[in-house]
Amino acid sequence: MNEDAGPIFRQVAGEIENAIVAGSLAEESQAPSSNELAAFHRINPATAAKGLNQLVADGVLYKRRGVGMFVATGAREQLLKRRRSEFADQYVRPLMTEAQKLGISPRELTAMIDHWEDPR
Amino acid sequence: MSAVATVTDVTMRFSDHTALDRVSTAFEQDAITGLLGRNGAGKTTLMQLVTGHRVPTSGRIEVFAARPSENDDVLRRICFIKEGQKYPDHFRVKDALGYAATVFENWDADLAAALLRDFDLPAKRSVKKLSRGMNSAVGIIIGLASRAPLTLFDEPYLGLDAVARQLFYDRLLADYAEHPRAIVLSTHLIEEIAPLLERVLLIDRGRVLLDADAESLRGSALTVTGPTGKVSAFAARHELLHTETLGGHSRAVVRLRSGADGDDAAAAGLSWEPTNLQQLVVAMSLHTTAAAAAAPTDLEEVSR
Repeated sequence: MNEDAGPIFRQVAGEIENAIVAGSLAEESQAPSSNELAAFHRINPATAAKGLNQLVADGVLYKRRGVGMFVATGAREQLLKRRRSEFADQYVRPLMTEAQKLGISPRELTAMIDHWEDPR
Repeated sequence: MSAVATVTDVTMRFSDHTALDRVSTAFEQDAITGLLGRNGAGKTTLMQLVTGHRVPTSGRIEVFAARPSENDDVLRRICFIKEGQKYPDHFRVKDALGYAATVFENWDADLAAALLRDFDLPAKRSVKKLSRGMNSAVGIIIGLASRAPLTLFDEPYLGLDAVARQLFYDRLLADYAEHPRAIVLSTHLIEEIAPLLERVLLIDRGRVLLDADAESLRGSALTVTGPTGKVSAFAARHELLHTETLGGHSRAVVRLRSGADGDDAAAAGLSWEPTNLQQLVVAMSLHTTAAAAAAPTDLEEVSR
């Protein structure tokens, strides 16, 4: 985990969300335990547990008593919806700010996006 | 959470200086606490008081709900690994571990044997002939294998290389996850240890500067950069800890008022990044040093 990127529990939650969005952690499959996360990321187990609990509170994971945490059905769709709504703020805003600084007009920016070819 | 040790209004005076000045804090059960501060801040003194090695000048110390000094019932539940811990000269490594096994009732011999292999320590070597790093490794093995309900490590990594330190952190986390207990670590290597901590206790010149949940601290300060005027205006609304200026441009470490976050800095036209624990500790310690230099000390006050 990155010590320079704010609260670690949010990073833990974010990584699990990424895995769900990418499909590598399927719905109704078991999420890593707090101890597994703690060992893997070399963080305090209580911090890892806080990240998991945040996802439970968000309805992304649910607890099965005595077994562990599982990905809720519909979690992926829910995360996609939230991330789409955050997209403008997180990605378009800094893009526009930088474009303004460089004197790139919105029209030029649109053209760039239209002609953008994924180098991959 | 409940506390295994509470320190209430404790002052520790030595003939020529005050090592701790009205310190109050608590060490939580089932938490890893980082005891941070500059050299001479009072970290070791605090550990000595909690482990009954010293008696405070004033104030109260309770460990497992009793006074620790000369109290065997309390002391056998505490494992204190001192900085540069010494063992009797005729001891071999295995004698040091064997002795620890008789002292600590939760001693795990299997764990000690596994750690001995991990750290590649020669069990039959005389402790006199150990390198500094090996000597530190003996302390780490005893501290972990003791499984003491309250375990304190005072700068446990003296002479340990980066690989051995990583090994220590990994084994500590793994064993702590299986057997949660109160662990207190004093260290200068804040960046390395920060992710392991649940609590942070920062002391400076014998006083408590910070006593908080590590995660709450991670969001509590920002490093903001921008035109000096905007940085000053932003800092004035929060708590400025440290600032540097170059050609009309400033960078400042700012502790946020509660509820504020990076969006407020962005709205003020500043770029920002979260301040990590080490940066926060450094900025706060420098801040109090500057404040102490600016204000007359009590002693000067008296002499006038």
